[in-house]
Amino acid sequence: MFIRKKYYMIVMLACDLYHLQKIVYMFLPSKNLERGIDLKRFGALLTLVFTIITVLTGCESLLVLDPKGPQAEVQANDIKMSIYIMSFIVLVVFGLLAYMLIKYRASKQGKDYEPPHIEGNIVVEAICVGIPILIVAFLSFMSVKSNYAVESTPKGYENKKPLVVYATSSNWKWHFSYPEENIETVNYLYIPTNRPIEFKLYSHGPITSFWIPQLGGQKYAMADMVTTLHLAADVPGEYMGRNANFSGKGFAENTFNVKAMPQDEFEDWVKEVKGTAKPLTEQKFNELLEPGHLGQLTFTGTHLGFLPPPEGENGGHNHGSHNAKMGTEKNEASESILESEHNHH
Amino acid sequence: MDFFDRFAIPHPSLAIYASMVAIVLTVIAIVVGLTYFKKWGYLWREWLTTVDHKRIGIMYLISALLMLFRGGVDALMMRAQLAVPENTLLDAQHYNEVFTTHGVVMILFMAMPFIMALMNFVVPLQIGARDVAFPRLNALSFWLFFFGAMLFNISFVVGGSPDAGWTSYFPLAGNEFSTSVGTNYYMIAIQIAGIGTLMTGINFITTILKMRAPGMTLMKMPMFTWSSLIANVIIVFAFPVLTVALAMGTLDRLFGTHFFTTNNGGMDMLWANLFWVWGHPEVYILILPAFGIYSEVISTFARRNLYGYKSMVASMVIISLLSFLVWVHHFFTMGQGALTNSIFSITTMAIAVPTGVKIFNWLFTLYKGKIEITTPMLYALLFIPLFTIGGVTGVMLGMSAADYQYHNTMFLVAHFHMVIIPGVVFAMLAGLTYYWPKMFGFMLNERIGKITAWTIGISTLVAFMPMFFTGLDGQARRMYTYSESTGFGPLNMVSFVGAIGLAIGFILLVYNVYYSIRYASRDISADPWDARTLEWATHSPVPEYNFAIVPHVKSEEALWDAKKKRHILFQGNYEKIHMPNNSGVPFIMGSIFFIWGFALVFSLWPLAIIATIGILACMAHRSMEIDHGRYISVKEIEETETKLRGAK
Repeated sequence: MFIRKKYYMIVMLACDLYHLQKIVYMFLPSKNLERGIDLKRFGALLTLVFTIITVLTGCESLLVLDPKGPQAEVQANDIKMSIYIMSFIVLVVFGLLAYMLIKYRASKQGKDYEPPHIEGNIVVEAICVGIPILIVAFLSFMSVKSNYAVESTPKGYENKKPLVVYATSSNWKWHFSYPEENIETVNYLYIPTNRPIEFKLYSHGPITSFWIPQLGGQKYAMADMVTTLHLAADVPGEYMGRNANFSGKGFAENTFNVKAMPQDEFEDWVKEVKGTAKPLTEQKFNELLEPGHLGQLTFTGTHLGFLPPPEGENGGHNHGSHNAKMGTEKNEASESILESEHNHH
Repeated sequence: MDFFDRFAIPHPSLAIYASMVAIVLTVIAIVVGLTYFKKWGYLWREWLTTVDHKRIGIMYLISALLMLFRGGVDALMMRAQLAVPENTLLDAQHYNEVFTTHGVVMILFMAMPFIMALMNFVVPLQIGARDVAFPRLNALSFWLFFFGAMLFNISFVVGGSPDAGWTSYFPLAGNEFSTSVGTNYYMIAIQIAGIGTLMTGINFITTILKMRAPGMTLMKMPMFTWSSLIANVIIVFAFPVLTVALAMGTLDRLFGTHFFTTNNGGMDMLWANLFWVWGHPEVYILILPAFGIYSEVISTFARRNLYGYKSMVASMVIISLLSFLVWVHHFFTMGQGALTNSIFSITTMAIAVPTGVKIFNWLFTLYKGKIEITTPMLYALLFIPLFTIGGVTGVMLGMSAADYQYHNTMFLVAHFHMVIIPGVVFAMLAGLTYYWPKMFGFMLNERIGKITAWTIGISTLVAFMPMFFTGLDGQARRMYTYSESTGFGPLNMVSFVGAIGLAIGFILLVYNVYYSIRYASRDISADPWDARTLEWATHSPVPEYNFAIVPHVKSEEALWDAKKKRHILFQGNYEKIHMPNNSGVPFIMGSIFFIWGFALVFSLWPLAIIATIGILACMAHRSMEIDHGRYISVKEIEETETKLRGAK
């Protein structure tokens, strides 16, 4: 099904090339029609741009452009908007190039024609600077606005209590700790829909990047700093998650499954885990950290108690949030994490 | 034997053993060939000890082309591996090594020397100088680059290639996660080559500022010289950062310091920052001279002066300043927060403005011109649309919130290939074709040249456009494989086809060289393209002293105005010319650096100490040496000039 969509895209691309060629000819002044050979070449270039635009409008199937959460939607909107604006610039450049090449080819000029000496023209150059500045200013405005949007609780979710999940990577696995629920999973992530999720990211090894394309962009997980990624899922469903940052031999398979479900289903799942899963001991966790791949695992308790995250005073990089000293007691530890986060946000 | 174990390859394969045999056979063939044809003396006297900027330029060129094929084979292996889902052509380890060496080789050992080749060959000629300011330093720069590149290239047969990516992020590149000597090679080979580059920067700034022909004020310099000046200023500011970062990385790996480790006060993020504080300006070190080449080529073949000379210069100056203010955009996702990202997002997009000015100026240079599409011009005309696609996607990547989705994906890979290939590689191929007659005294075949340009141009699109889509569909870069259910297969196959097209293009380039050596006419004028700047005012190929009489310059298009306005370039009589002597020291010093680097890679301390003493001895020798150069007599000049003129 997925693959079929891709083929459809390629077929569409081929159709576009054929149709748009004709359209390009229609728009060009008629006297140029006789010079078909040149036009073919540069018409083809123009066609390419049109093709890109049309293909893109038909690529809703691409993961990033098929958002299932508010953050991914902000990003997808930015991407689409910038594609439209950039296509305009590409068109202008291609158009100018085609015009110059059609009009000023040596073969179109007299034998004695001597091109004039033209210095820069202040008006022309002011336009060439001014319009790009306007475009960049507009994009900057969009970019800054979106920056603050993706770096805070998703819009429309401000009043809901966030679910905090510690997502940590080790070669080449993902560990998801739910301090509030006091459970932990490996290589799969269950989240409730319609509730902001606050991911606390760090790594037990090389730098990795936590990425669920349909819920929102990625962020690094590093060994000496905890980073925060705000996501939310609007729609229940299963999503692809992966490490996007190269981290050695097992990088390609460093993926995880995400399942978003309504809150009550999520709670049922938590209850079930607490009833059935084995507790996560320090010894067991150290085994999990060994380099390699694992399937999906579930535990009660989290590793945050015996292996505190690099935040607070000793982590030193989490920008002013107060030191969350971990108790040895698991429950106490997770509570203090929650507390510190709530104070911070 | 414990001692020899360290030189073994950790992950051997048939291909690597075959390469070892091939390397040994090639070396034997070269040695036997040189001996049989009694060329050792010629090689030593004319090339290994030369300080002539033109010959050094040609040696850079040959090295760059060799490295282009090394990096190209890497690229083909990667695209072949990814062409179908779950391919087993390469395993993860080999794939990681291949993309690491592909990146390092292409940026540092292909693009850089290619730029250096053209700068070395062209700049002194363009400014009417006899050589660069410090010819022997220039030779040393080349040999340091050369031996750095060689050291890097032996890694895959001795001890194992680096496998932490060309960015070599810590802690992955640290001892804990990279246990082979591969990353040592990375740190030390790039260090050696980088020192050479830094020297080149100093050398060319001095040359351009102090050795211009009389009358050539700064604002009368040809655009390629301008772009070289600015690129070298960037080198001098950016490369020390790399030097320091690599030194710290080396200390971490060899001596257990904790600059970039994640415990004991080290910080992995520091490496990323230092790397990109160098890495981003590096991009402009590559692209600005490329822009310079396009300016020369477009102006020559539009038969018009370059439109907006002053804004061209101003835009390059602004680009060079901004290039130091954008490095964070390489890791928007590192968690520095919305404010920092916003600032770097704006500075990044701001670079589009001066770059846009340049694109428009080239377009307006075509306006009212008399455009002749030769091979170099064809590359320039293919560059404009393709680079525009690469450039606008760069603006998209500059939007930091959206970048969270592009980062580390094939979208990014598509972007920088669409910038670097049309931007730098096409420019180098244009420059190569354009300056070939000046270098070797005959022209490359135009018909084969144009077929090559079209092949490479179209293949670039076919190879890299699909990556924009797979990237947006969630294909991360540097994945050695993917499952069929991801649906990445068909588009990756298209990319592979494009990669094959590129390979065919580059083979055509080699064929063109072969064909032209055999069949091209040697009877060409000094100015076969009807060009506009000084380098075309002397003979092809250029005599050792460049210009028999130092030219007097009155405008920024010195030769054109000499042709059209009857400006007189060469006034007065021949005088004896002061030239520098050849020296074997740079080559010897480079070789010792190679041994030094090799010793450090494998922690062979006694050898490393001996080599260090050797390096210091070479420097001491240079300091004590009295060498005032030599003079070419008027009689010799007259003979050479008569001969060169007579031949034409």
